[in-house]
Amino acid sequence: MAASSATLHEDPAKLSGETVDNHRAIVSLMEELEAVDWYSQRMEACENAELAALLAHNRNEEEEHFAMVLEWLRRRDANLDTQLKTYLFKEGSIIAAEGGAADGAAGAASDGSLGIGSLRGIGSLDVAGS
Amino acid sequence: MNNLQRELAPVSAAAWAEIEKEAARTLKTTLAARKLVDFSGPHGVAVSAVGTGRTRTVAAPSQSGIEARLRAALPLVELRVPFELARAELDAVERGAKDPDLDALIAAAQAIAKAEDHAVFHGYAAAGIRGICEAAPGKPVSITDNYEDYPLAVAAALTRLRAGGVDGPYAIALGQQCYTGLTETTKGGYPVIQHVRRLVDGPIVWAPAVEGAVVLSTRGGDFELSVGQDFSLGYLDHGKDAVRLYIQESFTFQPLSPQAAVPLVYGAKAAKRR
Repeated sequence: MAASSATLHEDPAKLSGETVDNHRAIVSLMEELEAVDWYSQRMEACENAELAALLAHNRNEEEEHFAMVLEWLRRRDANLDTQLKTYLFKEGSIIAAEGGAADGAAGAASDGSLGIGSLRGIGSLDVAGS
Repeated sequence: MNNLQRELAPVSAAAWAEIEKEAARTLKTTLAARKLVDFSGPHGVAVSAVGTGRTRTVAAPSQSGIEARLRAALPLVELRVPFELARAELDAVERGAKDPDLDALIAAAQAIAKAEDHAVFHGYAAAGIRGICEAAPGKPVSITDNYEDYPLAVAAALTRLRAGGVDGPYAIALGQQCYTGLTETTKGGYPVIQHVRRLVDGPIVWAPAVEGAVVLSTRGGDFELSVGQDFSLGYLDHGKDAVRLYIQESFTFQPLSPQAAVPLVYGAKAAKRR
């Protein structure tokens, strides 16, 4: 197992398959962004124009991978879905958007959803002694 | 402003936050199906139906040589439960009260949660929903009030699932009567629910809307709950003393692999089961 995939913080026996899959996705997101950062620095420092162009191409592909995994995660995380809808593809101040979201939680601007979504992985009865 | 019209309600931000917190807490406690079946969505209030991939042939247009098929879809059903809260209680929240009377909200959240679960487990014909227990093939496993025998019934259900090629993890949705019986009855010095725990590798879920219990696989791909508008709070109207709100959602459900569940039905009910 890759080191980055061995970073579960709890006993795997106590984690649902959904949580472990989400962990895989989150670790992938971290790796993609790390790669974007590395490629960006390398292409900027590189004095060979052809190599710099190649690094830029690869950096852009990492960003594509990041977007694809993020969308996978968004479809499974109702709160993440709400947050992305609040902040992404908006004009103006991001900080102001937070204020709007707070108002929305109080009934002004959100879609009013309670963000319940899937409850897989939670709510199993804790049967003591099992 | 959207159709929920919350901005028109005489409810402070602090009171809305308290209402939402209590509603979410109640829903997460009461809902059972969402802990067990696949969840698709929320697809938004604008989504009206879920495609099934099926078609049916319909009368062709007037020109010859043209075939026509109508795409089949499952419409989402909208559930709404209105409730009324005292304005004095909501004002008290603004003043820092930590024990507002939100009983009507809790009752509404429990009612809509049980309605969703009942549709998923037992069907909702008016909405075109076939429930897990309705769709399950074969006879249900019979249970009685003798809970010492309950592990045998669960084992029988698991055997049937395995024999049918249905892999785990296996879970159990326990109706209220089963839950009470399993937690209050002991066998060999331990509550029977602990014996049941040893039989299944998936979650054991309290499911108050379930009649009896259901043993099912949670491997995925067998049962799908599709939600358009997830549970949301809206505003209806208000008077001098009270404000009327509602909680609503839209959803449908498909038992894609009905053989991935085995109902456990109390004997008397099993005989009446269609």
